[in-house]
Amino acid sequence: MSEEIENKPNAEQPSGSAPAEPVAEQAAPSPESAPAEQPVAEQAAPAQPTAEQPAAAQPAAEAPRKETDEEKAARRKAAFEAKQAAKAAAAQAAAEAAKAAQQANAATPAASAAPAASAEGAPAGEPPAPPAPPSPSQPRLNRVVTLLKELVAEDAVEESYINEPNDHLPTLVIKNEHWLQSAQLFRNHTELACNYLRNVSGVDYETYMEVVYYPWNMDAREGYCIKVKADRELPSVASVTPIWETANWNEREIYDLLGIDFPGHPDLRRIMMPDDWEGHPLRKDYVPLDPEV
Amino acid sequence: MIRTEELLLNVGPQHPSTHGVFRIVVKLDGEIITEATPVMGYLHRGTEKLAENLNYTQIIPYTDRMDYVSAMTNNYVLVHAVEKMMGLEVPERAEYLRLIVMELQRVASHLVWWGTYLLDIGALSPFLYAFSDRERILGLFNELCGARLTYNYMRVGGVKWDAPDGWIDRVKTFVKDMYVRLDEYHNLVSGNEIFLARIKGIGQYDAKTAIEYGLSGANLRCTGVDWDLRKAEPYSLYDRFDFDVVVGKNGDCYDRYLCRLGEITQSLRILEQALEQFPGEGETMGKVPRVIRPPAGEIYVRIESPRGEIGCHIVSKGKAEPYRLKFRRPSFVNLQILPKLLIGENMTNMVTILGGIDIVLGEVDC
Amino acid sequence: MQRFWDDPLNWGNAGIFVAGAIAVLAVVILFVTYAIYFERKFIGWMQFRKGPNRVGPLGLLQTVADVAKLLLKEDTIPSKADRGLFILAPVLAFVPSFAVLAFIPYGLKLQFADLNVGFLYYIALSGITTIAVVVGGWASNNKYALLGGMRSAAQMISYEVPLVMSVVGVVMMSGSLNLRDIVIAQEGYFWDWNFLPQILGFGIFVISAISELNRTPFDLPEAESELVAGYHVEYSGFRFAFFMLTEYIYVYAIACLTTLLFLGGWNPPFPQLDFIPGLIWFFLKFAFIVFSLFWIRATFPRLRVDQLMSLAWKVLLPLAILNIFLTALGIELM
Repeated sequence: MSEEIENKPNAEQPSGSAPAEPVAEQAAPSPESAPAEQPVAEQAAPAQPTAEQPAAAQPAAEAPRKETDEEKAARRKAAFEAKQAAKAAAAQAAAEAAKAAQQANAATPAASAAPAASAEGAPAGEPPAPPAPPSPSQPRLNRVVTLLKELVAEDAVEESYINEPNDHLPTLVIKNEHWLQSAQLFRNHTELACNYLRNVSGVDYETYMEVVYYPWNMDAREGYCIKVKADRELPSVASVTPIWETANWNEREIYDLLGIDFPGHPDLRRIMMPDDWEGHPLRKDYVPLDPEV
Repeated sequence: MIRTEELLLNVGPQHPSTHGVFRIVVKLDGEIITEATPVMGYLHRGTEKLAENLNYTQIIPYTDRMDYVSAMTNNYVLVHAVEKMMGLEVPERAEYLRLIVMELQRVASHLVWWGTYLLDIGALSPFLYAFSDRERILGLFNELCGARLTYNYMRVGGVKWDAPDGWIDRVKTFVKDMYVRLDEYHNLVSGNEIFLARIKGIGQYDAKTAIEYGLSGANLRCTGVDWDLRKAEPYSLYDRFDFDVVVGKNGDCYDRYLCRLGEITQSLRILEQALEQFPGEGETMGKVPRVIRPPAGEIYVRIESPRGEIGCHIVSKGKAEPYRLKFRRPSFVNLQILPKLLIGENMTNMVTILGGIDIVLGEVDC
Repeated sequence: MQRFWDDPLNWGNAGIFVAGAIAVLAVVILFVTYAIYFERKFIGWMQFRKGPNRVGPLGLLQTVADVAKLLLKEDTIPSKADRGLFILAPVLAFVPSFAVLAFIPYGLKLQFADLNVGFLYYIALSGITTIAVVVGGWASNNKYALLGGMRSAAQMISYEVPLVMSVVGVVMMSGSLNLRDIVIAQEGYFWDWNFLPQILGFGIFVISAISELNRTPFDLPEAESELVAGYHVEYSGFRFAFFMLTEYIYVYAIACLTTLLFLGGWNPPFPQLDFIPGLIWFFLKFAFIVFSLFWIRATFPRLRVDQLMSLAWKVLLPLAILNIFLTALGIELM
């Protein structure tokens, strides 16, 4: 989405009818391609520099003769995308502001004067978007972060926030080297007591890999979401199979499809792909060895 | 001394009782299994990788093919995840239609399980009775959305087709008949001495083991844990209906059997109430943007499929395609307990235990 | 014909013997053809479907088509299989089953061979089929076949014991092993037949018979869902047809034996109905037994191998021995 906004000012520079026309013709065969979209977006975007108008008016006058269905669709799509982009940007800004506010809240275990002042300062310094009401899971998140800080390591938690659309699920990003101990804490601590591991997913962000865990406390009926990052070249996350047996095949699947190593796993071998397969198919940069496969 | 050897036997991938293309390599000492290693991946079609290039509406047919015996619940988990991320409202009539088809699907799936399970155990006839009832359900689905097995019925924001005239009445007739048939099935099978001798006490595990292994669905409820996502984390309109969660006691195959048949009865109850409350008119599709682009973020949504907890984990970067789509498949997770349960068992009991877990290979392999 | 060994052996008599044997074989093969057809039809009706109805009018030629198919198939022998034993096994299974048909009386005068040892002859010969099953399972060089063969051997041997013991009561009551004499001892109407005083023996005999025949609920050796056809998994074409033929001929033999030993053979049940010839009664009782076998197959699930063994040794055998004691007591007191 953001590329849309950034490219628009770039595309605005080559003004003049000549580039606009052939580009308008380009729009006909390939309305989906990104460079073609901008000039069309230019024609449709409400806010246009006046210098553009005479230049744009000419191709706009000629374009209706040639405007095909693809162009119409592309134009509408671009307009919609522009609106969505604006909405997304606003939502992201609000989310970030809320996150910052909540992190400021989370950073204060007990109310003390100085942090309270800074917490007050943070919402006061917010942009015009109203501060989000505190989430019902906020105290739980705070408690988890405190426990991890005290019992595992001071810097075990990299980030923590509430995932609001997902029923206010407390989400934590835990450092890779502290993961095994933190997992044991999640399993064994009386307040957390997460004895059921719902899901383990691996995600390939192009610069790093991540494993997402969803432990669940079956008795208290509450859970968390934990993400552990690993670097891309030799990704390795401590295996939690000794802690939750559910993770056994899940980790094997993540190893098979994404290539993340799980030291401590009793039997790490491929599960879906044949045993002699080369490569890890779910990676973003996966190229099959045999192009016909 | 007689020198004995351990026999390495390959059960599958082509085998009448493995419920799909699934292979178990068993080490036998006579007829007792000393070790069992499941080998899967024969049906791996790369749904998750394909999903990264398709927009959400295009992924819906792929979800049908994962757990092909229970396609409606698969459809639902995906569209529910997207709707939750985008905060979309689904109109009431569409939500009722979704619930009705999901419960009908649950009945159909449990009938398939019942018929094939008894076929594995050796009784030839219940298979045909179960499938003749399932034919009626598939006929209803055919009228509704044009397909018998892979429906592609739900969309983000609603459903694709509205119920044709008289469809609701036909479903009501079916529900009434199904109650009678279910009684007949209990009479025929559930008290049979041979059947009970084959099933009772087999494949037993306790609640702690079940939770440890992450089991869900009837596999968890048979041990006494009252965990049904329709009641514990209500989604769709389940909180409007009055139904019980069928819970077992001992955690053996017999309790799983009773749990699943009990679930059919509860589904019929829900269906009765839903058909009563069905809105006379309404939209089948809500206000959905033309291009479905959930905002950037992550979500994990789970619902109760006939096999257990099916979950959908979406990482979205705000585009029309998901950045990462992962399905938490209940059959995959439930199957992990198989090697543990098989040690020390007979070859015959292997078939009984595997059938009792109720797996569908399309889901195990995704 | 019944005492043919008393006649001199010349070409004429030999010709008559051979013709008689062929006649018996023809009758039995006709039975097998239509038993298979009716089994599929009855089981189909019990399962809400029609069964074969395409080949020939009402599907009556279905078995003929199946047998023709089996005869035309390629004769495959697995490369690592023991060739001699592999080829021997179906023959070894079939010959005793055919030989067993010799001593069955259909009427007072209608019998191929009247042997004094009667029932013992059947037991002796049916044991050879057990050997053939094990040989077939071993020679196939297939683990599934081996498992099936071993199970089958264990099962058939275990159930021979209650089978024989349950008949001892009948033999004690009739005073003879000769089948004709046993039926003559049941001369009368249904209250004179052996199944009433020997009700326990009747029950044990029927259960053991179903197990001897490898039919559901005791069809472990051929359990489709576990062993993928057990001991005859590697057999195809006419060798497989031999195994199937053997099984159905034993069904015929057991049904005849049940009729003769317990249901009064060719005797009519009521005095009002004794104008109907004995052969028809024999056939009706025989058909009823065969139908019950089909019915049981459509209804019950399968027993596990250890449950099967414990049923034979811990339940049926003690009951059979009890039956003998009670019969002895009854004979003494009456």
